[in-house]
Amino acid sequence: MTVLITRATSRLHRHGRLALLQAALLAAAGTATAAAQTPAVPVAPPPSQINAAVGTGSKFQPPPESAIPNNDFGKMVRLGRDIMVDTPKYAKAYVGNSLSCVNCHTDGGRMAGSAPMWAAYVSYPAYRAKNKKVNTFEERLQGCFMYSENGKAPPLGSEPLVALESYAYWLSTGLPVDEKTPGRGYPALAKAAQAPDYVRGQKVYAQSCAICHGADGQGQYVEGKTVFPPLWGDKSFNWGAGMGSIKSAAEFIHANMPYGQSYSLTPQQAWDVAYFMDAQERPQDPRWTGTVAGTRAKYHDSKFSLYGTKVNGKLLGDTGAPKAR
Amino acid sequence: MIRSNPLHQFLRRLAASVAVLAASAALPVLAATAADPASCAACHGANGMGNAAAGYPRLAGLPKAYIEAQLKAFADGQRNNALMSAMAKPLNPADISHLAAYYSGLHLGEAPLAKAPPAEQAALGDALVHQGDWSKGIPACIRCHGPGLEGVGTAFPPLLGQPAAYIEAQIKAWKEGTRRGDPQALMQTVALRMTDAQTQAAAAWLAAQPVPGPKAAAPVKKAP
Repeated sequence: MTVLITRATSRLHRHGRLALLQAALLAAAGTATAAAQTPAVPVAPPPSQINAAVGTGSKFQPPPESAIPNNDFGKMVRLGRDIMVDTPKYAKAYVGNSLSCVNCHTDGGRMAGSAPMWAAYVSYPAYRAKNKKVNTFEERLQGCFMYSENGKAPPLGSEPLVALESYAYWLSTGLPVDEKTPGRGYPALAKAAQAPDYVRGQKVYAQSCAICHGADGQGQYVEGKTVFPPLWGDKSFNWGAGMGSIKSAAEFIHANMPYGQSYSLTPQQAWDVAYFMDAQERPQDPRWTGTVAGTRAKYHDSKFSLYGTKVNGKLLGDTGAPKAR
Repeated sequence: MIRSNPLHQFLRRLAASVAVLAASAALPVLAATAADPASCAACHGANGMGNAAAGYPRLAGLPKAYIEAQLKAFADGQRNNALMSAMAKPLNPADISHLAAYYSGLHLGEAPLAKAPPAEQAALGDALVHQGDWSKGIPACIRCHGPGLEGVGTAFPPLLGQPAAYIEAQIKAWKEGTRRGDPQALMQTVALRMTDAQTQAAAAWLAAQPVPGPKAAAPVKKAP
């Protein structure tokens, strides 16, 4: 990995040296005994990047929310923003889990390297191998509801899709149509030096993810509202979601997790923890063909999908037909 | 638990005042009194609501495990505060558990601690709390502390009902490395990126919000 030293990280490094010096002085004075009894505490945060944009080369800045026009179009843009941030509330009829768009599109779809909506908007219509046809932007949005939200597709032209399209269009103000827009999707990640591994991933998960997402991966809620999203199980994305690809998950994690500490994990850690997350059971792929083997052959024939493979002696995806919604 | 006998109360308060006076010396003979909530009341208020003017934080309704972790952090130096370190060092695990249980079980008030800051500062604070400033790597407060800032689980405390001066002092302490022990340095990472103006705006906005009642403060672990 290319280590990008920004002003912020060098400040963190300086801070770390200062704290080390302080610790040494304390130890020399014989007052560090209490600290020595406790588990090692990092003296400074792990070096991380200020913004995921540094990993993407993106220079584009979407307009600030204060610039949303005060007219009927602006209302639709605001609804799109609201759907992004609290999908179960604002697009309830089409959501089958507790996730919101913002969980994978940091900063409400504004942030480069976190699948920003502006870069997506200028990349469609496009051919997608996922359904083997040219998809409009609205059709692409339908996919998020079917898989990532484990719900059902809002009809073309329906308000949620018009709102999200309006928001994405408005965010992309000034950006040329270009499917290779820097910042699109998640930044490419160096290949794993070692094959991604469940046990190593489990360790990364416990150290770096469990504090928010829970030791059981089921996230945390306040009064029924998701704060930290569940990463597997019935309330998470289904087997058809992009995040079920170890590659996509590793790229997303590396650039965006732990929250606020972008690029602090090594690429190997990102690959390992993505493998661990994607080796857990989750709702059935809605494209289910009737058998696990058949569904794998048709939709998951990739080294980046663990669907239909055995992990720890258990066949992933062997949960029967998708639940009716 | 807390007996209401006036004589007991008087004796306890007396002992507490002595303990506070003696705290810097941390005399072992007085150590047991530090485990009494009355010792804390001198600064944190009889109902655990803190002291806004002095910048002493609210303890009422904070998660038990969070209070325990803070007392341990004061004792072992991860949080560096002369008075609190002296108060926390004599405590044994049972004392810590008792105090934490007591304060986590207290109800919260409803009125804001402070008046709303000037419009421009309020707008900046509101934006930081709800959207963050990702151009500087600062996530929104609500993303970890809950949509109503009521706290999440045991690691992410409620942010309402805390004096602006206390919040400001904490951000500063993280920046200077005198407060550590936050999980994975998540908050320290954010604090290091906050300017003084941002810190003041967020703290002023937070302190001007009404404090949620006990029901709103109870975190729900599982989805409904």
